[in-house]
Amino acid sequence: MLRATLKSLLQRKLRLMLSGMAVVLGVMFVSGAFVLTDTLSRSFDSLFSTVYSNVDVEVTGAPKVAGGGDGMPVPVNMPASAVATVEAVPGVATAHGMVMADGARVIGADGKVVSSAGPPRLGVNWTGTDPLREGNGPRTDTEIAVNAGLARTAGLHVGDQVGVLTLEPRRTFTLVGIFGYAGGQDSLGGAQVVAFTEPVAQQLMLGEPGVYSSIDVTADSGVSQAQLRDRIAGAVGAGYTVKTGEQAALDSSAGPKQFLDFFNKILLGFAGVALFVGVFLIVNTFSIIVAQRTRELALLRAVGASRRQMIGSVLLEALAVGFAASVVGLGAGVGIGALLARVFSNMGGNSLPLAGVGVPLAAVVGAFAVGLLVTLVAAAIPALRASRVAPVAAMSEAATPDRPLTRLTIVGASVFAVGATLLGIGLSGVGDATLWTILGGVLVSFIGVALLTPAIARPVVGAIGRLFSWSVPGKLGRLNSGRNPRRTAITAAALMVGIALITGVTTVLTSATASLTKILDNQVQADLIISGEQAGPRPPTFDPAVIDKIAALPGVESVAAGSFDEALIDGKHDGVVAVIDLGALTRITSLKPTQGVMSTLGPDGAVLDADTAREAGVSLGQQVTMQFSRGGPHQLTITGIYAANDAIAGWMVSSALATDFAIPQPVQGFIKVRDGTPVADVRTQVAAFLADSPEVSVGDRSEFLAQQTGQLDSVLDMIQILLALAILIAVLGIVNTLALSVLERTRELGLLRAVGLRRGQTMRMVTVEAVVISVFGALLGVVVGAGLGTAVVRALNSEGITELALPWAQMSTYLGLAALVGVLAAVLPAVRAARVNVLTAIAYE
Amino acid sequence: MRTVGFDAPAARAVDVWKVYGTGEAQVVALRGVSLDLAQGRFTAIMGPSGSGKSTLMHCLAGLDTVTRGEVYIRDTKLSGLNDGRLTRLRREQVGFVFQQFNLLPTLSARENILLPLAIAGRKPDRAWLAHVIDTLGLGDRLGHRPNQLSGGQQQRVACARALVSRPDVVFADEPTGNLDSRSGAEVLGFLRNSSREYGQTIVMVTHDPNAASYADRVVFLNDGRVVTELADPTADHVLDTMKRLDALVEVD
Repeated sequence: MLRATLKSLLQRKLRLMLSGMAVVLGVMFVSGAFVLTDTLSRSFDSLFSTVYSNVDVEVTGAPKVAGGGDGMPVPVNMPASAVATVEAVPGVATAHGMVMADGARVIGADGKVVSSAGPPRLGVNWTGTDPLREGNGPRTDTEIAVNAGLARTAGLHVGDQVGVLTLEPRRTFTLVGIFGYAGGQDSLGGAQVVAFTEPVAQQLMLGEPGVYSSIDVTADSGVSQAQLRDRIAGAVGAGYTVKTGEQAALDSSAGPKQFLDFFNKILLGFAGVALFVGVFLIVNTFSIIVAQRTRELALLRAVGASRRQMIGSVLLEALAVGFAASVVGLGAGVGIGALLARVFSNMGGNSLPLAGVGVPLAAVVGAFAVGLLVTLVAAAIPALRASRVAPVAAMSEAATPDRPLTRLTIVGASVFAVGATLLGIGLSGVGDATLWTILGGVLVSFIGVALLTPAIARPVVGAIGRLFSWSVPGKLGRLNSGRNPRRTAITAAALMVGIALITGVTTVLTSATASLTKILDNQVQADLIISGEQAGPRPPTFDPAVIDKIAALPGVESVAAGSFDEALIDGKHDGVVAVIDLGALTRITSLKPTQGVMSTLGPDGAVLDADTAREAGVSLGQQVTMQFSRGGPHQLTITGIYAANDAIAGWMVSSALATDFAIPQPVQGFIKVRDGTPVADVRTQVAAFLADSPEVSVGDRSEFLAQQTGQLDSVLDMIQILLALAILIAVLGIVNTLALSVLERTRELGLLRAVGLRRGQTMRMVTVEAVVISVFGALLGVVVGAGLGTAVVRALNSEGITELALPWAQMSTYLGLAALVGVLAAVLPAVRAARVNVLTAIAYE
Repeated sequence: MRTVGFDAPAARAVDVWKVYGTGEAQVVALRGVSLDLAQGRFTAIMGPSGSGKSTLMHCLAGLDTVTRGEVYIRDTKLSGLNDGRLTRLRREQVGFVFQQFNLLPTLSARENILLPLAIAGRKPDRAWLAHVIDTLGLGDRLGHRPNQLSGGQQQRVACARALVSRPDVVFADEPTGNLDSRSGAEVLGFLRNSSREYGQTIVMVTHDPNAASYADRVVFLNDGRVVTELADPTADHVLDTMKRLDALVEVD
């Protein structure tokens, strides 16, 4: 039995290879993700243990507002006296006060701010410990040094005048030195580092003179890190975080690892889609193989093979394919992982010293588990079918008749109903693990639709095919595509998955854009908007003084701006906006006051919308305590309550309090131009004011919209890569199905050629079949995806996506692309069909 | 033997050799066959298995190329024609009936009959089509798919398909091989009638003496050569000749 199985396996090499490809791709992404994560996280660990190799204990201030929002918590500044306190602890050899904070943004040689996709942009005090490559450390308040990686990315050289944005607006410094790190590194994990003299660093990065963000301590010999940590913690008391150097190294590498984790999830997402689509391909391949082997299987049954042996034979074949695909996939995954690690370590001037490429056990186990499991699950149904072949089928000529689709359709409808219900539960946010419920719902819905596809196939394929029926080859192709609804359906369903995903995402993004447009049109009467594109965790900001200058322009009716912070309000986390000119904002965004005053806002006042007030249980005139990222608590009185609209909701305070924000500078500004003044004139003037704030630009409403939605476009790009992969696998499926149809219909092809069908017409016939299948798949995908997207949009109604807009243009593009995909997939089978020799085709038994 | 008309023959083979393979594996299927197939005649080609009768038919119909010699359909020389020209020739000048019927399962009987015309983009001659369908008794079966038809009905559809474009020659390869005797007789009778009544040239390959007896002329092949032939044969006569074939070769 084993030998018979292996022999038949070898005879179908090509077909099995095609279906194995899908598994290879899936396994490749799974193992690649593991290898990448493992390699990079070990690299980061070793990097930060190098950084902290000279630090035994690190002391920082505990952050005032910790872990509430997305922003990095800002540690409290420590007075210089704390350094003395630490120094006095027995066992301390040295204690250095350090200044280090995120937000030192360097303006590069091209006049633009050097962006960062994740690593921090640190401003530090120059301590002279890092090895200088060129020049010297900063000695006066107008000098800086930068790390070599940053100098290269920004195109800076010693002697250049360099603009730096910090807590304060742009200041210009002379670059006097370029430094590196131990081991010849240009940067530490891609961080951009600007070193100032200590007083400048304190003022610009920490916001007050004579303070430090951390104290680096070395121990006397014989004193362990843990001992020293405990002694120092006892000496400085509460309000400080004291860590051993080892712990600090671990904590520091947690940041980049988090980013890595995100990347890992994307790779696993790729893997999931590849494997899911791959299942369709494998089911189809094995079903076809079983159908083709009906006589052979029946013969085996007739000579005494048991049902169990039949199932075993098919599963063994699947196992062999799964194993081979897993081995290849694992090899490719290690390659891809190593390659990505290399790319990653050199990204954006990074030079992360790579630890050796590791193949963690998880990668190997994951690869084989996924590869084997997926193949076996996919082959289970065909295997069962093989076991049901009656021995008598060996004697009969007739092909197995089409089984009725009723049962399949009922099962499909039930599965789809379950999937839709799960999706509904997930989207309505009932219960925990909502994301998993949504994903599960989508998955089960896909399976349900796939099971329904054969029943839908006949009428829909007929309708699509009619488009091509004007010629004889077209008509024959259409009829061929309707011949085996199950096969057509599974092939098309594989394509459906990718198209449905992309259509769903596009629907949500289009709806988000439409909602944003509507909000902008209805509620923001600004003629010009100041904003920037956010690349990393830190939003782009601009100099608040610009707003005063704009307000003074004769052509400007009103101007408002805001900065954002995470705050503790009466002990509870909430977001707060510091507004420059609440009155102007109220006019520009049509805010309706419900109680109190909205035209002005004093430094002791706060306003909020009625819904938030109800939730927080506060009312007009009440006092609240607000703690921002820096400084002490503020006692504020609620002076106004407004009705929230789609543009504005939540707490707002005066811009006078923004100095206590983690990022004090405003992130967005709205300008309303006086009637009769040309907008273009004001725009030119504003643009001139913003010369020193290169992170942002001024634009009209459509430009602002384009900028905001541009960020959505990059999400779309990411998804489209995912789609390309799913489509690639689906194309393999179409090639597979067609190659098989050609093989099965050799006699027919011969006949057609005998009665005068030209080679070109033969190719056209096969191509039409492919196009009909792929357009059918795309049509299903577009419909399912639009449904999915609509469900998500409806669920996100409360999140501000109020408009449902279907992406008609993209949807028709996908249909067109699918037709193209069909044409491409048909090339090889069509050539093969055209080459069928008339004579052998007719003599073929 | 009837007098041969003064028209050019419908198909002609001149010293045709067909060799398969090379060296040790070389098989000579035809050894210098020359044959004229007169217009309007129903010719049967007979011979034992491996005599080269099917090869000869395939070469005459332009389905296979000859190693040496020449083949003509009317005055068109087939050797040297490219695939496109050969395809057009098959479309316009040749019809086929196969042992396995070879109907397209996706098309109805009517669509199968009209397939060669549809491929060529030609309109059927309505009167002729109606006549052919009527003669073959397919009137009430036109909307059926091949799998809804009996073997005899399927072969009659195949005959109609071969005849509807009025080709110069219809080649039939064991047309009764898969039929019971009654259905076989119907098909053969139809082929004979279309030759006698409409002057359709028909070439049939068969190993069944009874089938061959429907033809005007029987050509006997053995070991790749034309050995002998009979005019207006009877089944017994054909059977006798078959029995004597080996002896005839020795004489030759």
